[in-house]
Amino acid sequence: MTMELWLEQEEEADRETFEMTFMIPIENGHGVKNAEADSQRTLYPYVTGTSVVAIKYKDGILMASDMGGSYGSTLRYKNIERMKAIGKHSLLGASGEISDFQEILRYLDELMLNDNMWDDGNSLGPKEVHNYLTRVMYNRRNKFNPLWNTLVLGGVKNGEKYLGMVSMIGVSFEDNHVATGFGNHLARPILRDEWREDLSFEEGVKLLEKCMRVLLYRDRSAINKLQIAKMTEEGVTVSEPYSLKTFWDFKAFTNPTVGAEGSW
Amino acid sequence: MFRNQYDTDVTTWSPTGRLFQVEYAMEAVKQGSAAIGLRSRSHVVLACVNKAQSELSSHQRKIFKVDDHIGVAIAGLTADGRVLSRYMRSESINHSFTYESPLPVGRLVVHLADKAQVCTQRSWKRPYGVGLLVGGLDESGAHLYYNCPSGNYFEYQAFAIGSRSQAAKTYLERRFESFQESSREDLIKDAIMAIRETLQGETLKSSLCTVSVLGVDEAFHLLDQESIQKVIDTFEKVPEEEEDAGEGDAEPEAATGAAGTGEQGGSGDQDVAPMEI
Repeated sequence: MTMELWLEQEEEADRETFEMTFMIPIENGHGVKNAEADSQRTLYPYVTGTSVVAIKYKDGILMASDMGGSYGSTLRYKNIERMKAIGKHSLLGASGEISDFQEILRYLDELMLNDNMWDDGNSLGPKEVHNYLTRVMYNRRNKFNPLWNTLVLGGVKNGEKYLGMVSMIGVSFEDNHVATGFGNHLARPILRDEWREDLSFEEGVKLLEKCMRVLLYRDRSAINKLQIAKMTEEGVTVSEPYSLKTFWDFKAFTNPTVGAEGSW
Repeated sequence: MFRNQYDTDVTTWSPTGRLFQVEYAMEAVKQGSAAIGLRSRSHVVLACVNKAQSELSSHQRKIFKVDDHIGVAIAGLTADGRVLSRYMRSESINHSFTYESPLPVGRLVVHLADKAQVCTQRSWKRPYGVGLLVGGLDESGAHLYYNCPSGNYFEYQAFAIGSRSQAAKTYLERRFESFQESSREDLIKDAIMAIRETLQGETLKSSLCTVSVLGVDEAFHLLDQESIQKVIDTFEKVPEEEEDAGEGDAEPEAATGAAGTGEQGGSGDQDVAPMEI
């Protein structure tokens, strides 16, 4: 009962100013509104980004994603940055609906602005941003109007490395390596075998490139133009886009039907 | 101060630029029983004098835990203090829930001060009649703040509010330079000795004071009577050499070598309204 009253209050709140106060509920005589905003619910995504893969390494976090934005099965946009720095300490990577990602960036922009305006020596670190995002995603899911993204949030603050993930239904956790979408199926198994606590920067990049290469071969929405982002105590940097070397002369690719005459 | 024609409304300025109602609210703080706060680099100690209406009743609670890393001591209208403590707890828990992270005390006191300011600018409200000593931690270490009914807040190394707090302040003024590097134990001892200053001759017993501690590695909690009494015992036996001359206080300080047989004599606040403790 109290959840509905509280949701009621949330709905009243202006979407531009996303109030994140969870008041101790009090009876206020409001009935529960119908979901009459049906036309406002997210039903399916339109322009989507594919996997993001991220790992902790010796000095911080490494995150990789390609720059593609698919419109259904068409690879329509090939220059979308799906990883953005948040403040001094964090980096957000997203897969899923690109417009929702941009909306999330707006929320975080406002959040970090207010944090900076305090100007008091305290700052929101990756853990705080991750939890804020979890609240946002979960609340939207409760209203049947999700932000259609899976987010990866990483960063380093005061020497502590942080890497977490939030899905569009509000599932949230931290780990040493995370991936979204197809990355979960293709990249995580590689990382489970080969990830170590003390990877150097070069080793980390090589490992990520290995994962991204597999995704490039096997995920049809992946494109061969990726960025790798590095987060350390000093700050956050996103690399320039580059391509991976691929090899298509595997015997199985050169003559794919050799074992099954008549197929194609 | 005396009554004048500008003091009826909180929204009326005097010709000299004063808001008398706000100043009267600050008077209410001075009538409450003393509360003291001190801090070091890593710890904050809040202590207060326990006052009971009569021998039959228990004493009012003046120190509240806001969160593991924030505590508050109040002086003045305890009802107002309780309401504000609840507000502080609410703010703290909301922040923790959203960010999984403790609310920096510096931000909490600004919220509190802004809330108090509202009451100084609405004709249908009155200022909160309570002063709050807020001790807490944030990224830059331990902090002690004083929030005033006027909506101002100040940061302190050590401070005392309430009745006869000037005696405590004088004691603290002499010693404050050493507090930053003080150990936890020394800080507690200094707090209890400052409390003693406000008692003006009454024997210091653990039943008369409440002491709370919080630190970088220590959640906010109240000290139990035994621990307080142990600290008192370390200095109560030694006769005091220094004479404390509180501002405008003519009473000489009685020798403090009592062996605990002193009675809690009637305190000099006959004019305290029952709602103020």
